[in-house]
Amino acid sequence: MEQIAFYLFSVLTIGLFLVTVLSNNVLYAMTSLAAGMVLISGFFFLLGADFLGVVQLVVYVGAVMALYSFGMMFFDATKDIKEKNTSSYLVFFLSGMIALTLVIMFSAPIMGENIIASYPIMAGATNPQAVGLVLFTKYLVPFEVAAVMLLVAMISGIILAGKKMDDSLTTKDENHEEDDTFSRKDIK
Amino acid sequence: MIGLSHYMILSGLLFSIGLIGVLRRKNLLMLFFATEIMLNAANIAFAAASHYYGDLSGQMFAFFVIAVAASEVAVGLGLLIVLYKKNGSLDLDNLTVMKG
Repeated sequence: MEQIAFYLFSVLTIGLFLVTVLSNNVLYAMTSLAAGMVLISGFFFLLGADFLGVVQLVVYVGAVMALYSFGMMFFDATKDIKEKNTSSYLVFFLSGMIALTLVIMFSAPIMGENIIASYPIMAGATNPQAVGLVLFTKYLVPFEVAAVMLLVAMISGIILAGKKMDDSLTTKDENHEEDDTFSRKDIK
Repeated sequence: MIGLSHYMILSGLLFSIGLIGVLRRKNLLMLFFATEIMLNAANIAFAAASHYYGDLSGQMFAFFVIAVAASEVAVGLGLLIVLYKKNGSLDLDNLTVMKG
């Protein structure tokens, strides 16, 4: 049962992410990416990380994908993307990097044979309970730093995207400076 | 039986797909999608290691990776909107303004 679920999820996830990477349409890419995120949360449920799976569903499928679809309203999403790819040695570099990544991923479990669990999963506690216990004792400082980081990201997102939605943020100042110089010239 | 190697191979495959996207794409929004794929591949590897070694640290790292990804998307989309208003497109080739 676990094997069927694993192989089904893997084939579907790889296919959907290939569509994301290779498609020329932004809407197709975003939809398949969202579906792949849902299937990845399925992997987390298979691995017994229930809380992580729920967080994946809420944050990625709920928040990040909604943010992307809001961002798509600013861009022209209906027309296909035209890209020119003219580099032959890029292909060699690309395949070399992929081979290196695969080798590292293969050898990672062999290298980590004698890993001792520093925070072993407690017996009798469900996954959210154990996660909460470890997160608010051992990982409290990174948790707070992550909270500050999210606050900074929220403020920067508001400042970058939310200020004067109808006209440009960066070209506006230049235009004003030009207007000022023109008016000074006119006065002179 | 599904072991740790299965999940690591899957994670490597997904990471390679994301890497292909990052290297191949010229559109900045597609580059962001490929980055999300790579972050998710890392999350799968973390969760699998956490499960098979009986250690919760992997899940903690996955949480922080998700937090980093969420803030990255917020800042990155703001920058993309500013860039789109300025240039009218999201092509990477339009950013090469310095002629050397």
